[in-house]
Amino acid sequence: MVDATSPTAGRILEGPRGSKPKSRLSRRNIFLYGTLLLVSIYYLLPLYVMIVTSLKGMPEIRLGNIFAPPVEITFEPWVKAWAEACTGINCDGLSRGFGNSVKILIPSLILSISIASVNGYALANWRFKGSEVFFTILIIGAFIPYQTMLYPIVIILREIGLMGSLWGLVLVHTVFGMPILTLLFRNYFTSLPEELFKAARVDGAGFWGVYFRVMLPMSIPIFVVAMILQVTGIWNDFLFGVIYTKPETYPMTVQLNNIVNSVQGIKEYNVNMAATLLTGLVPLVIYFVSGKLFVRGIAAGAVKG
Amino acid sequence: MNINSHSVEVRDLDLHFGEVKVLQELNIDIHEGEFLVLLGSSGCGKSTLLNCIAGLLDVTDGQIFIKGQNVTWKEPSDRGIGMVFQSYALYPQMTVEGNLSFGLKNARVARDEIAKRVARAAEILQIEPLLKRKPGALSGGQRQRVAIGRALVRDVDVFLFDEPLSNLDAKLRTDLRVELKRLHQQLKNTMIYVTHDQVEAMTLADRIAIMKGGKIMQLGSPDEIYNRPQNIYVAGFIGSPAMNMIEGRIDNGHFAGHDLSLPLDGYEFERTDHHAGPVAIGIRPEHVLTGDAVETAAAQAEVEVQIVEKLGSDTLVHSTLGSLNLRFRMDGLSRVTEGDRLRIGFDTSRASLFDAVTETRL
Repeated sequence: MVDATSPTAGRILEGPRGSKPKSRLSRRNIFLYGTLLLVSIYYLLPLYVMIVTSLKGMPEIRLGNIFAPPVEITFEPWVKAWAEACTGINCDGLSRGFGNSVKILIPSLILSISIASVNGYALANWRFKGSEVFFTILIIGAFIPYQTMLYPIVIILREIGLMGSLWGLVLVHTVFGMPILTLLFRNYFTSLPEELFKAARVDGAGFWGVYFRVMLPMSIPIFVVAMILQVTGIWNDFLFGVIYTKPETYPMTVQLNNIVNSVQGIKEYNVNMAATLLTGLVPLVIYFVSGKLFVRGIAAGAVKG
Repeated sequence: MNINSHSVEVRDLDLHFGEVKVLQELNIDIHEGEFLVLLGSSGCGKSTLLNCIAGLLDVTDGQIFIKGQNVTWKEPSDRGIGMVFQSYALYPQMTVEGNLSFGLKNARVARDEIAKRVARAAEILQIEPLLKRKPGALSGGQRQRVAIGRALVRDVDVFLFDEPLSNLDAKLRTDLRVELKRLHQQLKNTMIYVTHDQVEAMTLADRIAIMKGGKIMQLGSPDEIYNRPQNIYVAGFIGSPAMNMIEGRIDNGHFAGHDLSLPLDGYEFERTDHHAGPVAIGIRPEHVLTGDAVETAAAQAEVEVQIVEKLGSDTLVHSTLGSLNLRFRMDGLSRVTEGDRLRIGFDTSRASLFDAVTETRL
């Protein structure tokens, strides 16, 4: 206790005071930011090469300096990749593949997420007899290698008449997304306070009432996570696309492969780069738009389960 | 009391989770308009019982009646109950108004009736200025008021409270406790209230049910529970600091044990078969006499003071008498220090005698 007559009162004591000064150029900071910079360059360099190459004409590419920026910027390769590149007998570029991919993506996305979210909700909140067994079986499904199921699915699709159609692929994507999405949703709904569910039940909300009016509005982050997972997964899928569709219904990735790997004529690197960038654009945009929500959702789902 | 005055009746209720018997053969009658507190330490089954009454848990066996109707298999919303949870459980995306009216909308109550009831509940709970806010923008006390309001608007027969004040800080808890009591006097609904806080139980309850291991150990008024505990568990559970429990025998109208001989003249035996077996006598810390009052006591002893806790209003003394530990209260101003020797007296008329084997009251 210090009173007014004590010798230290009213006098500034010597020595440091307040917050400790920090040096910006400390060894720790140089190391930290140096490492981050190096890794960033390492990851961004291929992207840089792709963009630069896609904006060059073929004569310039033949000079061989892949890191040099384009002397003369041309969008010709992009146009060609989108609308004119040939795969087999079709010469309408990636645009058709893009259309197919969208037609596959949208229904798969809606179907898989709506079914999986209801699955997860039921498993988290409405424990029924055998629900644990059901859940375990579903999770085991996530660990079985795709390859073992490829042929059986061919047979199933043939029998139900969906082989080669876009809807066949939609069905495959919906089914294969189910285990991981259900797990994701179940864990998220389990992490929500149980009392909220109880309160809604006391308030007279039924299975769908609780789902739509209480759970759904609280689960936007996890829906965004599921959406990102599915968009990238389905958009980037190649294996299912090449197996279960035919040339007219090939998704964008398969078509990209056919353009890039075409053995006829000269290799048009600039067109290939543009085509690749075009194909990667959709997941990229999704990431940028929802990046913040994505991180939040991953963290929210990870708390419990 | 006739059967119709029973608001909630629980008959032979069993609840098992696999092998674990959470509730066993539980029977309880709750009167119309009664404030019943279920009290017990964690894991005693008090919240489980409340959830069973609410219909949020399926019972293994037994029946539950509310207002004379068998509701054992009914949905929670069809039981005429409203429930308030410890974590408030407000719907975060809805405004306070939305939270209050959610149950009514589900029950398809007319729009103007909803507005009327929400307004009334908001007035009773003094949350009118908050109606347009979201729960995130409310303090803990305000949230709990909204949670109570949610039960209030539904015009239910029975209110269920699951440790509603446990998440609040001490000051707010005391305020809301008084408010709950006022609310009960105003509404005269049946209220069932779960808590592990004995002060809450003593102050709020018309009757308290003390639970342990899925069974009711004693059901009675706070006064009965405190002054006439029916078994050693209840005696030890209620009261802080806990009752002094001294083991011994009954010998010639005296309690004898630990070199003490306490006359039992003033003690009202509940059973006539007070026997020769081992017994235990329970004496509350405030029924140990000190100071001038010692001279009036029929039994006296000298103890050594070990620890002194000054609580302001009174002083809590931990002492030893041979191998026996004794706690007692003294005036807040008493100048007792560790190591003192002190004469104390025993008031056996307010003590509790138990059979040490069956642990029940004699």
